[in-house]
Amino acid sequence: MKRGTGYPARFNAYGVLAIYKFEMARALRTIWQSLVTPVITTSLYFVVFGSAIGSRMTAVEGVPYGAFIVPGLIMLSLFTESIFNASFGIFFPKFTGTIYEILSAPISYLETVLAYVGAAATKSIVLGLVILITASLFVPIKILHPLWMVAFLVLTATTFSLFGFIIGIWAKGFEHLQFIPMLIVTPLTFLGGAFYSISMLPPQWQTFSLFNPVVYLISGFRWSFYETSDVSIGMSLAMTLGFFFVCLAVVGWIFKTGYRLKN
Amino acid sequence: MTAVLSISNLTKSYASGLQALKGIDLEIRKGEIFALLGPNGAGKTTLINIVCGIVTPTSGKVLADGYDIQRDYRAARSKIGLVPQELATDTFESVWATVTFSRGLFGHAPNAAFCEKVLRDLSLWDKRKDKIVTLSGGMKRRVMIAKALAHEPEILFLDEPTAGVDVELRRDMWNLVLGLRKNGVTIILTTHYIEEAEEMADRVGVINKGELIVVDEKTTLMKKLGKRQLILHLQERMATIPTALAEWPLELKSDGTELVFTFDAQQSESISALLRRLVELGIGFKDLNTRESSLEDIFVSLVHTR
Repeated sequence: MKRGTGYPARFNAYGVLAIYKFEMARALRTIWQSLVTPVITTSLYFVVFGSAIGSRMTAVEGVPYGAFIVPGLIMLSLFTESIFNASFGIFFPKFTGTIYEILSAPISYLETVLAYVGAAATKSIVLGLVILITASLFVPIKILHPLWMVAFLVLTATTFSLFGFIIGIWAKGFEHLQFIPMLIVTPLTFLGGAFYSISMLPPQWQTFSLFNPVVYLISGFRWSFYETSDVSIGMSLAMTLGFFFVCLAVVGWIFKTGYRLKN
Repeated sequence: MTAVLSISNLTKSYASGLQALKGIDLEIRKGEIFALLGPNGAGKTTLINIVCGIVTPTSGKVLADGYDIQRDYRAARSKIGLVPQELATDTFESVWATVTFSRGLFGHAPNAAFCEKVLRDLSLWDKRKDKIVTLSGGMKRRVMIAKALAHEPEILFLDEPTAGVDVELRRDMWNLVLGLRKNGVTIILTTHYIEEAEEMADRVGVINKGELIVVDEKTTLMKKLGKRQLILHLQERMATIPTALAEWPLELKSDGTELVFTFDAQQSESISALLRRLVELGIGFKDLNTRESSLEDIFVSLVHTR
């Protein structure tokens, strides 16, 4: 018996690139919907919360309300788009049956995840930046810690893409793809301080909010803009990384057991 | 001949309790066309899917070109191409994009000239810019074959390649298969059209209820298990077979107008004795013909006697 010196030897770079390009091409085909929709939605948020309501709101911790909600809005889109892109990316081949080719290819599970999640995260990051630029047309934005801002952006996009990948594998039908984002992620985001500071809540709700993981993500991201945060930056980073590794472990388990992928 | 694929004691039990494969041992020789025959649900697709990495075996071992399909899956899988039974293609991608995708996925550097050749061989070159969703079923089947060939596999699995395919595509496909074989590619195919296996295959394996019943050279199999018949069209109707002919296994057919002598390869010399005896008895016949049992007859008798 021969031992593994066969081609491709260690890392199937062409394979990763093939999936990545495939996924990006899918987004480019629908570039109009992919980018215009969030730009319009964000603009509407600013018309409503920024101009209409925001002008009657007091500044939050020294930040004008319209500017205060920008990080939360970006995060909201980042969550939903990362989950949607990654879950759809892996669910669709399962649905059409073309997954056979991925399963029969000389590509490891880490490479498969890298390609799918990398593509989904790329799209989300671009989207996040587009929203940031759109927002800057409406409200004055300052980013005090640009490197941290990028770090949180990339880490969150990657983590939620991983999460979406898991949902895509778990899903048995299209309605499942909507289920978790609609029922869990969106409520947690709205309750996680996307539009307000946790300190504005009554004390018992503040404590309760600390069990919401999304609070930490939004708080950390907002800190990189304005240095205002509900929890410490270290705590935010730890929670984000923690969620990332939990998702990674679940994906590892999925491929090891073949859960809903292989018989 | 060296084995390019070696399967030993392979079993598969599904979570439902179904035992799809019960200890399969099979060696596929390099460069041959091997036909795997069996009724629906016999385990053909399970066997193929295990070798290709889509289904995890319960126990047993598979070596593809010497590489263990589980431990050295990269090396093993890069040798194997698969055209699955179900039509499963991308939708909005172009033919060209999907074929170059497959090549990359299997770890190969882009090679436009090679992909072009594959598409031309399959009469897909004119369609290369078309979205797959716009193609007919037959064209989609061609696309799936092109995808399987894009990474220059040494072992090609064709799972029911001609199911629901028109005559022209079937002919093209067999020409392609013969061309691949000429280049040293080993081909393992399953089919319900046994006459195809009879025409194409070097060796035949029959699988039923998860067990390989027989594996042999096609010609040997047909010689060993095949039957021949001599059919005599009688001048006059015969009510019963005369006792003078009792030493031959004869049957009366077509309302007593045909006398049928069934014999195997070893008994052919008894034909002349039978014919002499008929002349002696004054039994005349207008015409005679012989027929050999087809692979299909052999297949049916094999599967039914179990």
